[in-house]
Amino acid sequence: MRGHLCRLSLGVCAALLALHVASAGEPSPYVVEDRRSGYTYLSEDNQQLQDDDFANPGLLWVERGRELWQQIEGTAGTSCAGCHGDAATSMRGVRTRYPRFDPQGGKLINLEQQINRCRAERMHAPSYPYESDALLSLITFVALQSRGLPIDVRIDGPAQPFFAAGKVLYEQRRGQLDLACSHCHERYAGQRLRGDVISQGQINGFPIYRHTWQTLGSTHRMFAWCNTSVRAAPYPPGSDAYVNLELFVAWRGRGLPVEAPAVRR
Amino acid sequence: MSLSDTLRLSRRTLLRQLGATGVLVTLGPAGAWATQAMVQQAVRDRIGTREPQPHGVTLRLPEIAETGNSVPLTVTVDSPMTLDDHVLRLHVFIEGNPEPVAATYHFGVRAGKAEMSTRLRLARSQTVLALAEMSDGSVRSGTASILVTLGACVEEVWGD
Amino acid sequence: MAEPRVRVPSTARQGEVIEIKTLLSHPMETGHRRDVYGKLIPRQIIHTFTCTYNGTEVFRADWYPAVAANPYLAFFTVATESGRLRFEWIDDEGTVYATEAEITVV
Repeated sequence: MRGHLCRLSLGVCAALLALHVASAGEPSPYVVEDRRSGYTYLSEDNQQLQDDDFANPGLLWVERGRELWQQIEGTAGTSCAGCHGDAATSMRGVRTRYPRFDPQGGKLINLEQQINRCRAERMHAPSYPYESDALLSLITFVALQSRGLPIDVRIDGPAQPFFAAGKVLYEQRRGQLDLACSHCHERYAGQRLRGDVISQGQINGFPIYRHTWQTLGSTHRMFAWCNTSVRAAPYPPGSDAYVNLELFVAWRGRGLPVEAPAVRR
Repeated sequence: MSLSDTLRLSRRTLLRQLGATGVLVTLGPAGAWATQAMVQQAVRDRIGTREPQPHGVTLRLPEIAETGNSVPLTVTVDSPMTLDDHVLRLHVFIEGNPEPVAATYHFGVRAGKAEMSTRLRLARSQTVLALAEMSDGSVRSGTASILVTLGACVEEVWGD
Repeated sequence: MAEPRVRVPSTARQGEVIEIKTLLSHPMETGHRRDVYGKLIPRQIIHTFTCTYNGTEVFRADWYPAVAANPYLAFFTVATESGRLRFEWIDDEGTVYATEAEITVV
């Protein structure tokens, strides 16, 4: 009974949201063509929690990020605000474009790495460790400035080979369970795995407050969790493998809205 | 080597392999679950021998929890919250968890309204019980049941 | 981590019942989880929350491990006079998290 209700309400939700036209002023819809945000797989309670501008737990990291944005650190005696001013203006749209090809490094760079590069090169400040509260706070704060804007990553030109590498990773079987990302998230998306309905595995909502983790987490944490779940050894956070994968998965969700901080199971 | 020796060895090897990949899955909490006796004791510790009357306490709880890690709960007690008639304390019991008590909320006349909202962790499907101690010494109760589904990938903490 | 989050109306009428929302960053470690080595992670939760209104306690909560991480709590209080509401959370290690909010009562 509940399964029927679930599918029916999801169907209704999807239909209503698909009718929602994304224009310059309106936020991008949660469903674009056949691409569905993880939001559409949430219970009503969790959708409400994500939309709650007070109680969404991810906002705790946003507030910390807001503080860190102003904080002067490093020997250059400046802060993020020192170069970038008001984040609402300067960071608008940034989250929609990462990961991007970086001519300086000759490969992709993601938002975490960009922030740490700014810290190293401009602020002469030490890098934040991956998945530290500080780094998570800053990327959530930056991502929030793009809330509602559609994911729009470049996969052409110099980014192309890295995108291709990410696609290979996505379709590669791994682990004791011998599954590829595509098995769950393409072939069986919408079907059940125990009590869960499998989502498309989109990352437009990241960084997410994940109930399973009882904290906020990044895309690389998610990839590592998925890899471990099929009993495969995960790649290190910030690895080329995961940044390439990030670009491919971001492209899979092109047009879906930035939802940071999203709430997920 | 006998068949039973081989089986034992295989199981040990498998366990070691599972342990090495950090996925030794246990489907229960570290300790035991709360028992009915524990719940009863926790109730008696708080309301003594008073018998709760099953009215006036409303729980808003989802019917099905998408995840047991965070379940929204709102409890409202019917009360004018005047000096003569108000809620003193509200106790929430979760009999399906390892520990039977979730919280106690202290109201009083200054509260104005006997209602609170929070988020709980529920380990499994169960009935949540709320007991309200009233200013006249009586106790009221209310319950709500919830199904807690098991997520796709069962895990303990593996430092992921 | 972040400061505790509270939402209190900045103004209210005398005698009005106002809703207060609170959110704190805290792991609320239950004491029932195990680490990768199978060792129990010790309990570390907020055990007491209090709200005082110009020094008088108007609400209190005793918490146990079943309260979810990054605890959310919404409750009500009567707007009696202008002044300051103080919110305190105390955890098992004795750390006190606190924040305040001003209210004008007309």
